[in-house]
Amino acid sequence: MGSLKSYVTGFVLSLCLTLLSFFTVTYKILSGWQLLGAISIFATYQAITQLFLFLHVGQGEKPRWNLIFFVYMGFILAIILLGSLWVMNHLDYRMMGT
Amino acid sequence: MHKDSDSKVLFGFWVYLMTDCMLFGTLFATYAVLQNNINGGPSGAQIFNLPYALAETLIILTSSFTSGLALLSGANSKKNQVLFWFGITFLLGAAFVGMELREFLHLIGDGNGPQKSAFLSAFFTLVGTHGLHISVGLFWMLVLLIPVWRHGMTPVSFRRLSCLKLFWHFLDIIWIFIFTFVYLAGGANG
Repeated sequence: MGSLKSYVTGFVLSLCLTLLSFFTVTYKILSGWQLLGAISIFATYQAITQLFLFLHVGQGEKPRWNLIFFVYMGFILAIILLGSLWVMNHLDYRMMGT
Repeated sequence: MHKDSDSKVLFGFWVYLMTDCMLFGTLFATYAVLQNNINGGPSGAQIFNLPYALAETLIILTSSFTSGLALLSGANSKKNQVLFWFGITFLLGAAFVGMELREFLHLIGDGNGPQKSAFLSAFFTLVGTHGLHISVGLFWMLVLLIPVWRHGMTPVSFRRLSCLKLFWHFLDIIWIFIFTFVYLAGGANG
């Protein structure tokens, strides 16, 4: 079920990461792909923090079915997201002339 | 034996959450593809208010934290603490839905409703689906807390509240990505 310490740590880390990405954008510290890359990393890191410290993924007993389903979901999600972007951008590129 | 069936319920709920994640994944993919198709309407940078979105983010993050604290008190069967922390979670969740509705009404009032452009259709669908989940979660919280208030914490209440807490944390994680890829990334392009 987790401990008070895990929730407080998760909360403080999430708070820092949220503010970090917010100020990276508002103070225009980076731009373009670098900015997108940086805030993607912050968001992913925050999601992982919360998965472990709030949702306690992979801390159950026996085979870790929760974790296996999570990884499978991530795999499907990657296909949906990257696949859509790849196909649609390629379509855009080919339709440029029209 | 009881504990065993509890873990099965929680696992089943986890599988539901993973499928819900795929639902949000498809909406994110739709948004990512359509976000530049503004059809002469406003772009993200013109309509997103970043400090407002940050306030929403902090509210939902805090409510995720307090739902965790509520369940920690639940493990010790402290009824009043459970009610107190879930009460705060509920108020924060309601404030979040209120802020989101205000933003939506403001956009629609300015003529930037979902019918304006593909970008806005995708935006309203993605953010609206998240808001709908939060609203359902708030209703669910009320339904679960009434028996706790009247009869105290029972193992059944604890199991149900554990599922609700998973749902709530999960919605916070989805919101991190909405805040980052819709608001921050959209607002930065201006």
